[in-house]
Amino acid sequence: MALEKYDFTPITQSIHEGLISNMSPLLTTIVEWTIIGVIYLLFVAVFGLLLVYVERKVCAAFQQRMGPMRVGPWGLLQTIADFIKLLMKELITPKSVDKFLYNLAPFIVIIVPFLTISVIPFGPGLQALDFDIGIFFVTAVSSVGVIGVLLAGWASNNKYSLIGGMRSGAQIVSYELSVGMSLITMVILAGTMQVSQIVALQRDGWFLFKGHIPAIIAFFVFVIAGTAETNRGPFDLAEAESELTAGFHTEYSGIKFAFFFLAEYINLFIVSAMATIVFLGGWMPFHFGSWEGFNGVMDLIPGIIWFFAKVFGIIFLIMWFKWTFPRLRIDQILTLEWKYLLPINLFNILLMATVVLLGWHW
Amino acid sequence: MAEIIEKLVTTDEIKADEYLVNMGPQHPSTHGVLRLLLKLEGEIVHNVDPHVGYIHSGIEKMTEALSYPQLIHLTDRMDYLSSHMNNEAVCLCIENALQVEVPERVKYIRTIFDELQRLASHQLWWCASGMDLGALTAFFYGLRDREDILDIFEETCGARLTLNYSVPGGVMFDLHPNFQRRVKDFIKKFKKKIPEYDTLLTGNVIFQERSKGVGILSKEDAIAFGVTGPTGRASGFSCDIRKHHPYSAYPLVNFNEAMGSDGDTFTRWKVRMDEMWESISIIEQLIDNIPEGDYAVKMKGVIKLPEGEFYQRVETARGEFGVFIVSDGKKNPYRVKFRSPGFSNLFAINHIAKGWKIADLVAIMATFDLVIPDIDR
Repeated sequence: MALEKYDFTPITQSIHEGLISNMSPLLTTIVEWTIIGVIYLLFVAVFGLLLVYVERKVCAAFQQRMGPMRVGPWGLLQTIADFIKLLMKELITPKSVDKFLYNLAPFIVIIVPFLTISVIPFGPGLQALDFDIGIFFVTAVSSVGVIGVLLAGWASNNKYSLIGGMRSGAQIVSYELSVGMSLITMVILAGTMQVSQIVALQRDGWFLFKGHIPAIIAFFVFVIAGTAETNRGPFDLAEAESELTAGFHTEYSGIKFAFFFLAEYINLFIVSAMATIVFLGGWMPFHFGSWEGFNGVMDLIPGIIWFFAKVFGIIFLIMWFKWTFPRLRIDQILTLEWKYLLPINLFNILLMATVVLLGWHW
Repeated sequence: MAEIIEKLVTTDEIKADEYLVNMGPQHPSTHGVLRLLLKLEGEIVHNVDPHVGYIHSGIEKMTEALSYPQLIHLTDRMDYLSSHMNNEAVCLCIENALQVEVPERVKYIRTIFDELQRLASHQLWWCASGMDLGALTAFFYGLRDREDILDIFEETCGARLTLNYSVPGGVMFDLHPNFQRRVKDFIKKFKKKIPEYDTLLTGNVIFQERSKGVGILSKEDAIAFGVTGPTGRASGFSCDIRKHHPYSAYPLVNFNEAMGSDGDTFTRWKVRMDEMWESISIIEQLIDNIPEGDYAVKMKGVIKLPEGEFYQRVETARGEFGVFIVSDGKKNPYRVKFRSPGFSNLFAINHIAKGWKIADLVAIMATFDLVIPDIDR
């Protein structure tokens, strides 16, 4: 494959070569894994905090407030201060909880984003794992999170938590179908499940525009179902504040609560990143047909900036949902999925298959 | 211990699939210290058992030790969002008992204050219900616009929430010179805001799905439970005291009784929204015509009511508020009873919430507009 502009492959290659010339292949692998692990750990922590800050500012803008302003310039350090506070708080384990499951739940919830994030290409050459079943891996791994939520709801020995856990179970399992199916629709168009391939195929046009109507339908379904899968408003039934106080994480405090909190925001990032990769061309710049000059200017912007710009666009959209819409009821949420989104999706897969078969796409 | 409590608090058996959940006394959507003991099957509500008294402050008993002008100040603390209406009810009761005719100016001032307070109360209700239904942005929109009314109150009488503006025989101070101008500015501004509220919530698909057909209170039930105010009117029960037993300047103004017929959550919502327009219309009719004159008549230093029983009712933002004073001719009342709208309205919830989900119960409670000190007194 030809080198992209601002490609990180030479850098990673030279690090790899430097390491392998000095130590055994096994040790190299271990060292590289450790480096990548630490980078992702830092990324998740920093990006999670950044997203919390963004959410507060976006929500404040919708609500005609300023948001955090006191700690640091424009309140930039506010979320860090909050996080330090959460770290220092006492971990309260209520009496008569199922101790093992209660302690296990937050770790299951936080592990999911770490696994999923590994297949996401942030820019040319910036991808840890490039499976040939990348998309499949993402959908498979993201299903694990619901186990943590269910465990948290069950093990807390709190009726509100239990209701929250059950709601969340019903909701996430249902909406995973739509997420998976809208991704499958795009996989039909792409003809591959490999994430890097999918991005590479969108060089001369994003799939959202390439795939005609079925791609647009799939995009809308994906954003709706993705919002539901991250348990965010208007689908935040699992923690519905006004009904269940805090839902499945009512009984968690300190860093365990922070895990749930952080996982929610990283999942938000992952849903947005997947939408970006599959529909909006990942880190590919925006190209418009044969406008060479325009395309040249667009190419000057590094891929990683393109990627994050698109991701933040989707994140803003999802935040917009949350701060505008009232919450749905549990039966309405399941009706929406099983009676509307799923049939639309199934029909859409057929439509996409027809489009691909007849070569109507670009 | 827990079993004993469960036995004490439930009247009938808990079936195998049912479980009890305490909603409150500390819960985000009970807006105060109301405790609802829910009997649920999964998400479905089988029984709602309201347990009141967590903020009972003994106001009725306290009034027996206070003189009449003093006891007015306690009525603020009941339904704190309709404090002026409560004050006015006591003042009207005392004035009727003493057969004092208050100046026209006082009547106008009191009515304008009533309606401004109704607007403020409905705004808070609007935004808090939005929050209960999960629309968090609504909360800030409502509170933002409510501030303007509170500022007007503050300028005239120094208080924002518990006004204490009415006194037997009139009001405590004359209107601030800015009052008329500011009210007119506010009305002009606020007329643009209600459509904004409607676009944000009333017209929203999710909101309509959540509220239409949910928690239907029939007219018969509304009358049987003594449900008054916008909640009762949404069921088609014409119960506006301002229309049926007019007081202060209400006989002088033209307004419609905001009515509904379906009795569901959406109608209750709509009736309150319509009532805001009616309040605006009442204020508009009065604000330019406030007659000159005294803002109070001179009352005796010590007010003593003649022996007997006196009753006065007013329409607060939540419904019919009644004051019943039994006097034995001394400077303190012998016995005072307040008929609060919240208490009667609350007990209709069990009747209509059965069979609905927890989320619907929250929606129903939101449109009942409960103020807990009003229930407990």
